[in-house]
Amino acid sequence: MIEVRGLWYSYGEIVALRNVSLKIELGEVVAIMGENGAGKTTLIKHFNGLLKPQRGYVKVFGVDTREVTVAELSRRVGLIFQNPDHQLFAETVWDEIAFALKNFGFPKDVIERRVEWALKLLDLYSLKDESPFALSGGERKRVAIASVLSYDPDIIIFDEPTVGQDYAQKERLAQLIKLLQSQGKTVVVVTHDIEFVAENFPRVVVLSRGEVIADGATRKILTDNEILEKARLLPPQVTQIAWELSDFGVPRDLLWLPEIRDAILKIVGGRL
Amino acid sequence: MPIIEMRNVAYRYPGSNRIAIRDINLKIEAGEYVVITGPSGCGKTTLCRCFNGLIPHFYGGDLEGEIYVVGLSVKDTPTSTLAQHVGMVFQDPESQLFLLTVEREIAFGPENLGLPREEIAARVEEALELIGIQHLRDRSPHELSGGEQQKVAIAACIAMKPKILVLDEPTANLDPRSAWDILHVLSDLRRKLDVTIVLVEHRLDMVVNHADRFIVMNEGRIILDGLPCEVLLNPMVANIGVGVPKVIRLYDELRKYNVNLNFVPLSSADFKRAVLEVLSR
Repeated sequence: MIEVRGLWYSYGEIVALRNVSLKIELGEVVAIMGENGAGKTTLIKHFNGLLKPQRGYVKVFGVDTREVTVAELSRRVGLIFQNPDHQLFAETVWDEIAFALKNFGFPKDVIERRVEWALKLLDLYSLKDESPFALSGGERKRVAIASVLSYDPDIIIFDEPTVGQDYAQKERLAQLIKLLQSQGKTVVVVTHDIEFVAENFPRVVVLSRGEVIADGATRKILTDNEILEKARLLPPQVTQIAWELSDFGVPRDLLWLPEIRDAILKIVGGRL
Repeated sequence: MPIIEMRNVAYRYPGSNRIAIRDINLKIEAGEYVVITGPSGCGKTTLCRCFNGLIPHFYGGDLEGEIYVVGLSVKDTPTSTLAQHVGMVFQDPESQLFLLTVEREIAFGPENLGLPREEIAARVEEALELIGIQHLRDRSPHELSGGEQQKVAIAACIAMKPKILVLDEPTANLDPRSAWDILHVLSDLRRKLDVTIVLVEHRLDMVVNHADRFIVMNEGRIILDGLPCEVLLNPMVANIGVGVPKVIRLYDELRKYNVNLNFVPLSSADFKRAVLEVLSR
């Protein structure tokens, strides 16, 4: 599906990616984490061909990204940018979401159906006639998401989708990702939001200074202090509590609230 | 006299059909550290834009009610005057930075105030040190990571020695460790500089033990205002979709199982203390 092999990329003298290799299978949901400047955004820009490898290769659906145009790839690989303002320009939310569909040449009735669907999916229906620029940061972000989902790409890449989103919106986003997964989509999410990852992602790839320093099960990685420190991440709050209570035999790899609750009930159980 | 006062404020952006904020009555005292939170689109950012006069002077629109900042009526005071008292830091630092080096960027504000050379240099030095970015002084802001850029934006504000620092989700784009650093820098600044801090934030787990006061907004109104732990234990907070920190959710969850901790823990270290107290009862 997405295959990255020995990828190097530099901006002038600054090396952004060093020998990155990575495989993401069809239908997988993967979080990419790492410190500011770790190379996360540079990496995902290779997935839809916005950037082309300087060394190594990136294959998407088995095709080397250097052999196809961004236009061809972006029909199948939707990238939702971190800053929605880099993406938005239309006069109304409705037009914004319809834009890509028009560009891809969908018939009018399909466009209308897809736009309505995306508006409802992202809880934007009541804002459809507003200017994207009159919306809050969180709302603009959802418009940017809707405008990509509307054309139904096979791979959806989110760059920091939880930024500026409240808890309820994050829950919706988590449900949205599950929905996309149930439709067989591949979802890649770049995020700093450790709680969001702990609750929703089975696999995490950690980048630090342009290198993949960990790739595997979320529970193993997010409770490994050495990896977290390297990538300037903090453990999830549940894990932090578990570590504080490890003297009482609480396992150090807890991620979820019910797990720590049960562990504490076990400790204090005899005292009630 | 409060350093910020709003009376019956309502506002609508030009060309928009909805009222962004309404029925706002708010007093913030000098030296307070206030966190404003609430669901996406609740009016947090709009409220902040009133503090330095971006509303109404830049955005236009319909503004009702009275807003006083450091005793000045915002409606009658140009943003250039307000800017000397109110430093603003936004979510996206890129939009705020435009000079060739970090040092020049931080010096820009004080230079525009017409301060003497030595004073400018001293302020730049102090700001670099307070934020811990001395090593970035000769770098171009545009080649920095988002987290570093945000630190530069905050340093540039600090160099103006504002009475009020308003930060609109300054940690949103930062990695957790950098976010944690920034929030510690803010607590530190407030101790050292006696500055009033108004912080819009979603990551409440990181600010709950720094702030004096939490304000929760919903649909343009202020719905809760009080001590952080009191506000966060109000069921209304979770109902409107604000993320209650896991330490507080766990405290609440344990109560349902008849485990009553002696106090509301605000951090994992607090939690250990609270559990130890239960065990030693």
